[in-house]
Amino acid sequence: MTTNDSPVTEEELHAYVDGELPADRNEAVVAWLSAHPDQAALVGAWRTQADSIRARYGAVANEPVPDRLQLDQVMKQGRPSARSWAAVAAAAVIAFTLGGTSGWMARGASGVAPTGFESFTADALDAYKLYVVEVRHPVEVPGSERAHMTQWLSKRLGADLRIPDLQVIGLKLVGGRLLPGPTGAAAFYMYEGASGERFTIYCAKAKATETALRFKSHENSAAFYFVDDKVAYVVSGPDDREALEKVTKSVYEQVDKTGARKS
Amino acid sequence: MGTFAQNVEATIPALRRYARALTRDSDIADDLVQDTLVRALRSEHLFHGGEIRSWLYTILTNLNRNRLRSLARRPSMSSIEENDAPDMAGPEAGGRDIQRALATLVEDQRSALLLVVLEGLSYREVAEVQGVPIGTVMSRLARARVQIKTYLDGERPALRRVK
Repeated sequence: MTTNDSPVTEEELHAYVDGELPADRNEAVVAWLSAHPDQAALVGAWRTQADSIRARYGAVANEPVPDRLQLDQVMKQGRPSARSWAAVAAAAVIAFTLGGTSGWMARGASGVAPTGFESFTADALDAYKLYVVEVRHPVEVPGSERAHMTQWLSKRLGADLRIPDLQVIGLKLVGGRLLPGPTGAAAFYMYEGASGERFTIYCAKAKATETALRFKSHENSAAFYFVDDKVAYVVSGPDDREALEKVTKSVYEQVDKTGARKS
Repeated sequence: MGTFAQNVEATIPALRRYARALTRDSDIADDLVQDTLVRALRSEHLFHGGEIRSWLYTILTNLNRNRLRSLARRPSMSSIEENDAPDMAGPEAGGRDIQRALATLVEDQRSALLLVVLEGLSYREVAEVQGVPIGTVMSRLARARVQIKTYLDGERPALRRVK
């Protein structure tokens, strides 16, 4: 393969065009091309393609970078300022308040700290974005095995979980999977509506007993976050707050019912 | 501004170039770059040395793949061609031809070809960016070149089985 007189492969021709050919094969390829004009024409065509691509797009790199892509602008988006975050969160609390609103702000140090909440929600949103586009394998366990999944995930999380039934609002359980969470295992359920819209619930054990509802939207996705009975839930979906709130309300009512039953 | 941010910043023009060629739409391209930068800055703690440039290309490539997948989930299956209206910015017919030719490629092939010929990444780097073996990169590259040549030669795209 690396000897000088072995036949030249098509892969080597590509490597030759792209400057990836080992030096000791260069001579063989050049000789091969001079003896095979059709192959030489092909190599020429590939080079022309590359030149055209560079001619068409190369200059983009010399354009001034727009303001919104300046790093200081981007940093503001990446780390929302406390003020804008508080405004969003406050609005969420007003829109839809769950019991025990004195919840986590007061518990900050001992319970789920705000940063914990942020990263937890970010993890959930990442999981949402990762799996919501997955067509073939969005879940590990199909929704038809709800009982088994409830048992399995409850065991892994060490919490008595209940997988909400959202048929009433037109969402079918696609299934669920186990994911790494901030402090151990997290359970992840996916639901799908009639027109293919997907919502996910990400939950894991939390230190806080209860929190108020929080809302976060990011890159076309949005999430509601709350803690009930020491389990944190993040309900994620497309960035349509009204629709997501409806789903979250339904989820909350069902998981809270579980809590009520236990006590 | 630390070294990490400086390195990220230095890569922005190249990311814009790659994104423009990848999407053939300047707004979508800059959106992708913006999302890439946000994610990179947010994930700085996940970056453990190595080539920042390759890492940024990886993020951008993945984000674009996600974008196309979510478009593809919508009823209209023509989404991939959505951005392929002739671009007014391409004055010469030659520019427009290569743009249309790129539009006919499968996303992974387009990305492989652009990373090699436009961004100058090595096959190994492209393999890392795409998360596939080098052999797969090379076969994507080969298929992309066949497809572009077929398109530019004015033939109907050939259904060609490739090893």
